[in-house]
Amino acid sequence: MIINGVTIDETFAEAFPMKATRVIITAQTAQWAYNSAKSMTGFATSVIGCGCEADIERILDPSETPDGRPGVSALIFAMGGKSLMKQLETRAGQSVLTSPTSALFSGIDGGKRIPLGKNLRYFGDGFQTSKLIDDKRYWRIPVMDGEFLVEETTGQVNAIGGGNLLVLAKSEVDALNACEKAVEEMRKIPNVILPFPGGVVRSGSKVGSKYKALGASTNDAFCPTLKGITKTELSPEIESVMEIVIDGLTEEDIKKAMRVGIETFCSIGAYNGVKRISAGNYGGKLGPHHFHLREIME
Amino acid sequence: MSALTFKLKIKTDQRVDMSPLVCQLLKDKEFNDIAAITLQSGKARLRVDELFHISGSDTDNIVIENSFEKLDFIGKGLEEGSITVKGNAGAYLGLEMKSGTLDVEGNVGIFAACEMKKGLLTINGDAGDFLGGALIGNKQGMKGGTVVVKGNAGERVGDHMRRGMILIEGNAGDYCGSRMTAGTIAVMGTTGRYLGYAMRRGTLLLWNQPTLSATFNDCGSHTLAFLPLLFNSFKKLNSKFADATQAFNRVQRYGGDVAEMGRGEVLVKI
Repeated sequence: MIINGVTIDETFAEAFPMKATRVIITAQTAQWAYNSAKSMTGFATSVIGCGCEADIERILDPSETPDGRPGVSALIFAMGGKSLMKQLETRAGQSVLTSPTSALFSGIDGGKRIPLGKNLRYFGDGFQTSKLIDDKRYWRIPVMDGEFLVEETTGQVNAIGGGNLLVLAKSEVDALNACEKAVEEMRKIPNVILPFPGGVVRSGSKVGSKYKALGASTNDAFCPTLKGITKTELSPEIESVMEIVIDGLTEEDIKKAMRVGIETFCSIGAYNGVKRISAGNYGGKLGPHHFHLREIME
Repeated sequence: MSALTFKLKIKTDQRVDMSPLVCQLLKDKEFNDIAAITLQSGKARLRVDELFHISGSDTDNIVIENSFEKLDFIGKGLEEGSITVKGNAGAYLGLEMKSGTLDVEGNVGIFAACEMKKGLLTINGDAGDFLGGALIGNKQGMKGGTVVVKGNAGERVGDHMRRGMILIEGNAGDYCGSRMTAGTIAVMGTTGRYLGYAMRRGTLLLWNQPTLSATFNDCGSHTLAFLPLLFNSFKKLNSKFADATQAFNRVQRYGGDVAEMGRGEVLVKI
């Protein structure tokens, strides 16, 4: 399949089941809600080293938030329920509780209820109080700027992590430019996050390593500087490859984001340096979710 | 299907226990079975059709017409459906109510919403003493649900209250929120003496400055984040509390009763 001179490989992105939740952070101003959310979702690019994958989903209008203040919604993904709970509590405690004027709410009504403020409340040292409003329990924790309001629980749902797109470009500049534009469009899709810095990864990995201690190592087949000395996936004109990783609440959400990404890459076209679009997989043996690029574009 | 209506024929001298006439107990009962139910009135047991003209058949929607202040225990333990009372109601209205809605056109007697667990109870007139309280000797009053009083409430509102909301558009009597363990009582009018007497936790939300005892301490003026959520939850009610112009989030906070646990609060609109 070739669109606007860009070849779409007959391959698929291989993704994994994860557990996820959404939280809503509000504050007196949009900037302070953003500061808190940015901190809470920081250092959360990959479950391998960070314990979870998280990012800001979108900026919320005051009319969309529970307390009518400016807010931000964030999605957090982890490999299991326990690790999600641990990451959520740690991050809420260190990044939202600490952030001036912030309040923290559940962004998912259904699902399995997991603690959000349920344990954070003990920071109140006995001065914390709860309010049950419309069948939802909120904790009011006295803090130095007033009170930190946090919903007791949030909803944990099944989700998918590891959807991805590889853009193979004529130059590093072309690859980065294409990714920036694709990320901008993909971030408009609800229920998905692109957890890496700026939404883009330059160090895609393969399973295994020559070093026994490592479970993953550089994806040499896609490293342009190794074209002549390894079993490469790259044709001679490819000088740079970058990846966009997508985590989403459902398969449909990831498909939508991938389609938007591919469409953006193709609209940039081969003339502007985007030569091929591919995807990362492990031969279909590890992840149950397979996103075939050509099927997505049909 | 029209509402199952009980229209009172005679005003009895003795009080009447209305507790058998709740939706879940009448469900699937034939007209004759309902007519044959007996209600305790003083020493006598009276058939329902002796006391009421019965019409309609929708047991999920009960209407009591010509009601007066000697009809006690209306909506006791209500688990589903709705009961509408046209007129006044006696004591123990909505006692241990578990769900559904209960709406009274007029005034109600003592111990309304006593030990209520869930549901919505609306009193369009005044309420007697111990609204949302505990039965004498019991340690836990109202445990959930919402009570709206459009008139005034008597003394000891929310005595031993454990959870839920009592919203009073008018005034509340003495000892409002006494021995409260948790929950919220909001009063748009005035409150009497000994407000929050021996309260342990919970919130008394007031529109007017009360007279506070020495065991409540001023904690200063604050903008509280939970108040917009609380007022937002009132929007579905048929009450002045649903009026957005009545909402506020800036309050003077008083902590107490420090003669007790001291984790309660009186929040006064500023």
